Amino acid sequence: MSYRNDPYDPKQVALLDPAALDEAVADATKAFTAAADPDALTALRSVHLGDRSPVSLARREIGALPPAAKSDAGKRVNEARRAIETAYADRAEVVEREQAQRVLVEERVDVTLPFNRRPRGARHPLSTLMESISDLFVGMGYEVAEGPEVDLEWVNFDALNIPADHPARGLMDTFHIAPEGSGLVLRTHTSTVQTRTMLSRKPPIYVIVPGRVYRTDEIDATHSPVFHQAEGLVVDKGITMAHLRGTLDHFARAMFGPEAKTRWRPHYFPFTEPSAEFDVWFPEHRDGPQWVEWGGCGMVNPRVLRACGVDPEVYSGFAFGMGIDRTLMVRHGVSDIRHLFEGDVRFSRALGTGA
Amino acid sequence: MRVSVSWLREYVDLPADLPTGDLEQALVDLGIEVESVVDLAATVTGQLVVGEVREIEELTGFKKPIRFCRVDVGAANGTGEPQEIVCGARNFAVGDRVVVILPGGVLPGGFAIGARKTYGHNSAGMICSAKELGLGDDHSGIIVLGPDVTAKPGDDARPVVGLDDVVLDLEITPDRGYALSLRGLARELSHAFDVPLHDPALVPAPSGTETPAYPVEVRDTVGCDRFTARLVRGVDPSAPTPSWMAQRLVTAGIRSISLPVDITNYVMLELGQPMHAFDADRVVGPLVVRRAEAGEKLTTLDGVNRVLTADDMVICDDTGPISLAAVMGGETSEVVAGTSTVLFEAAHWDPAMVGRTARRHKLFSEAAKRWERGVDPAVALVALQRAVRLLTEHGGGTPSAEILDIDHVRPRTPITLPADLPTRRVGVEYPPARVVALLERVGCTVAQGADRLSEDPGAVGVASGAGTALSVTPPSWRPDLTDPADLVEEVVRLDGYDRVPSVLPTAPPGRGLTLRQRRRRAVAGSLAERGYVEVLAHPFVSPELADQLGLAADDPRRPAVRLANPLSEEEPLLRTTLLGPLLGILKRNLGRGHRDLALYEIGAVFHPRVGAGSPPEMGVDRRPTDAEFAAADAVVPAQPVHVAVVLAGDLDPAGWWGAGRPAGWADAIEAARDVLDAAGVTGERVEVRAAEYAPWHPGRCAELRVDGSVVGHAGELHPLVVAALELPRRTCAMELDLDALPPTPVTPAPTVSGFPPALIDVALVVDDSVPAEQVRRALEAGAGELLEDVRLFDVYSGAQLGDGRRSLAYKLTFRAPDRTLTVEEAVAARDAAVAVAAERLGATLRGA
Repeated sequence: MSYRNDPYDPKQVALLDPAALDEAVADATKAFTAAADPDALTALRSVHLGDRSPVSLARREIGALPPAAKSDAGKRVNEARRAIETAYADRAEVVEREQAQRVLVEERVDVTLPFNRRPRGARHPLSTLMESISDLFVGMGYEVAEGPEVDLEWVNFDALNIPADHPARGLMDTFHIAPEGSGLVLRTHTSTVQTRTMLSRKPPIYVIVPGRVYRTDEIDATHSPVFHQAEGLVVDKGITMAHLRGTLDHFARAMFGPEAKTRWRPHYFPFTEPSAEFDVWFPEHRDGPQWVEWGGCGMVNPRVLRACGVDPEVYSGFAFGMGIDRTLMVRHGVSDIRHLFEGDVRFSRALGTGA
Repeated sequence: MRVSVSWLREYVDLPADLPTGDLEQALVDLGIEVESVVDLAATVTGQLVVGEVREIEELTGFKKPIRFCRVDVGAANGTGEPQEIVCGARNFAVGDRVVVILPGGVLPGGFAIGARKTYGHNSAGMICSAKELGLGDDHSGIIVLGPDVTAKPGDDARPVVGLDDVVLDLEITPDRGYALSLRGLARELSHAFDVPLHDPALVPAPSGTETPAYPVEVRDTVGCDRFTARLVRGVDPSAPTPSWMAQRLVTAGIRSISLPVDITNYVMLELGQPMHAFDADRVVGPLVVRRAEAGEKLTTLDGVNRVLTADDMVICDDTGPISLAAVMGGETSEVVAGTSTVLFEAAHWDPAMVGRTARRHKLFSEAAKRWERGVDPAVALVALQRAVRLLTEHGGGTPSAEILDIDHVRPRTPITLPADLPTRRVGVEYPPARVVALLERVGCTVAQGADRLSEDPGAVGVASGAGTALSVTPPSWRPDLTDPADLVEEVVRLDGYDRVPSVLPTAPPGRGLTLRQRRRRAVAGSLAERGYVEVLAHPFVSPELADQLGLAADDPRRPAVRLANPLSEEEPLLRTTLLGPLLGILKRNLGRGHRDLALYEIGAVFHPRVGAGSPPEMGVDRRPTDAEFAAADAVVPAQPVHVAVVLAGDLDPAGWWGAGRPAGWADAIEAARDVLDAAGVTGERVEVRAAEYAPWHPGRCAELRVDGSVVGHAGELHPLVVAALELPRRTCAMELDLDALPPTPVTPAPTVSGFPPALIDVALVVDDSVPAEQVRRALEAGAGELLEDVRLFDVYSGAQLGDGRRSLAYKLTFRAPDRTLTVEEAVAARDAAVAVAAERLGATLRGA
């Protein structure tokens, strides 16, 4: 062949030797495999794939070959290079994965460290309970009515059929506002809002009145001069005691679970006639399923309707009231009412979520 | 009211084997609250026997005299030999029969009895006093059984001393005076068990005679509409009260005093008629019943010298008032040790008058309690007869032939009851015949309404009650039955409350919560989310608090609503600011070892209407007019709802992550801004300004204004307040008037641009005295529409700025709704912003 006369560098030709290329691939693969991390591997890239690497040098020699040999040699060099690149990529994937794993292990923390960087606040459980009672009745179409805590004696007593000389007034343990004859008291019950609601609205009236009330009770485990009631008042045509019972049953189940039941005991309240006290039974009581006193109720006394401008010949109504503090205590097993008013943050934090 | 079941059984045929639980339930269903049921037999366990004292050996040489006794207890001790017992009492002699508890027995209170060596002798058991057996307070000596007792040594002593009974402690509601008697309770129980009643008032009693038993003049027949009296002469002053009577009085909680007095109390318990026994020999001249003269004096039986008012009623003789009528007798005419002529009085007094007198003189006697709740005016003569009979039976003597009866009792007017009213009010179908039967059972007389009677006399009891009117006359012992509704209650009560069905009414559509209610919830929730803990403080405060808070003399928070009868004389006022009670709770928490505290309260404060005077009188027979009620309502103190927070210690606590951050004035102001945000009051409506306002630090107090009006304050408390209230240094607080916040209009939606923002920082140098709030407002005013946000990211003061100057560095975010801003546009807007700040506040660009 004509090219046999061309100068020929045995060393360079040796580079294109199939065995040499195989060796280059084997060397590279071995070296890559030995690389432990991405940095070491990256450093090997220039050695085995860079300008001075055997396969790069071999490629340069192709030009020196006779044309007939070029194609064959080129193919072999390319194959070798691809093999090395594949080996590199394979190894890279492995070491990068291993590296990622190592980082994850190294970055491990103790997730059980206590976190309290932004301490949670809390609602007062009485507030949330009053809101959930309001929501229950709002859902039934009632509105939430309110009234002042210092109110007229007339509103708190007279209009509710408790005249000045009535023994029931003496039983109320009332805080009177000075001076004598001020005509003002700290309301002894949320029933004041019955009076005010009937004075300010026309029937039909469906209201729920959660609020704070006062009696001159010395503070002990079961008494507080300040406590909370929720009062319901309905005045409409054709209202009966059966409607009262239906409402209390619904209320009881909402507060104490679907199995809760109510029962009535005849009682006396000047502002209702007939009147009853009502008890609730529920299975989750902390001392086992039992009846507990819950509140008072009855049909609004026609005398009260009359004093508030509602015609008792046309309308009838029912009213009920219960202690919110007592409901909370019974539901959650609070043994001492003082916890509700001392304001210890532990109490609100423990009970101040949910309702 | 405490009564024994055995006594009740004398008037009502209760089932023989009635379990106590059933009796209790029946009472509850009748509307009589059962406070307690005590089975006396179960209060003493073991052998409680009758003993007869055989020998007494006086032991000397001890601190007190002691007796060593041999007591015959029959075969009860198993040996038949006399029981040897050491006893400290001395009120017995050989031959007396006593009550002995043998070893192994347990007395009330868990006091176990054994055999032990004491005072040098073996003592096996105990001779009991009434107190030790839980039978009263008498511990003056042991029980010595009377000659009327037939029990022999060794017999069970329980029946002998009344320990075989069940005692009921009943709470009677104020409408049912008649149930404060055996007669009334027996009647109620006869309804419950449908058993015969033996009404002790249904005995024949002689009527008044022409000649009075004693000269009496009743000058006020409104206060006293009935007065009956009778004399018993020649009574044995030494006659004792029979033990059964004394026992029943003690059970009822009434002390045994003397036979005539005990009889009046016994008759009161039995019939519900309070009575009085005078020593007729100590009464001077005729009796006069009248109102007292203001300032008149009377020493009542309890030894108290009382000054009377013109509303009190008195019984007088020639010497003046001798009895505070219906409430308590006087000393000068009371029955004493030598009384042999007894004048019994059974009257009927105005309940309202007695109530007022009892309250005025704080004399809540058993009699007053019954008068206030209503006494049967028809039972007076029966009670008189009963008392006379008991006295002559147990104390001898001769009753006068004359009986006084001054009777001005007005007959009851019938109540018209539509026969279908119970059905319409209760929701249970009560046929008219049932209504009539139930009302008759409680003692009412029922006739058909006069209008229909002539047409159809047989209609009562036919099927439908619609249109039928019943004419119901309640019995004399039920003054509480005055209205148709009262009769409805009797029907449903006797028929059974448990028969009322459960029906949920349908309310018309409601409007949900009001803005005020929604706001309060939002504010409460927001503060809780921010780390504040809600508390509910009592609103009672001391007069010193205003000084401790450093309130000025004319501060509107100084005038406070004062309680006439506070629980604590130290805290007679109602709060005018939430901070006092809230800081009290802060201190309590600190005292319990909590150091980092953020508390809040939402509640009313009370501002009196100074000079408002008394509200006008309003009746209850009709609705007050709007003007009348408005005039009365104007007296009611203003009671706006406030929100307040207090802060002490770290707000961001220290931990493994690093140091904590103490709560500071800025946190209090932030809480205030949060509250306004949560209430929906935002943006340019809210303004924060420096203020000097107690109890805050004058240099660290902000006032919050909404639409130009001050709604509250926030910051660090004044060091003097902190010292006066002994609070931690740098305690911070905030208080806002939630009710002062104006309504919020519907907020227009912002333009949310999708184009990129242009951010430019500017550092402005201003005088220290220029509030950052004003700088921000100036920048906003100058920057124009393109400005989206202004954020202060650095505050710097240093030597190179000069004294009294500081640099405020802001990041301005500009953005256009419709295009990407060019640098030139953003810079122009920035320059415009800076120009306004320069013009308004003398601000210069730092480094410029």
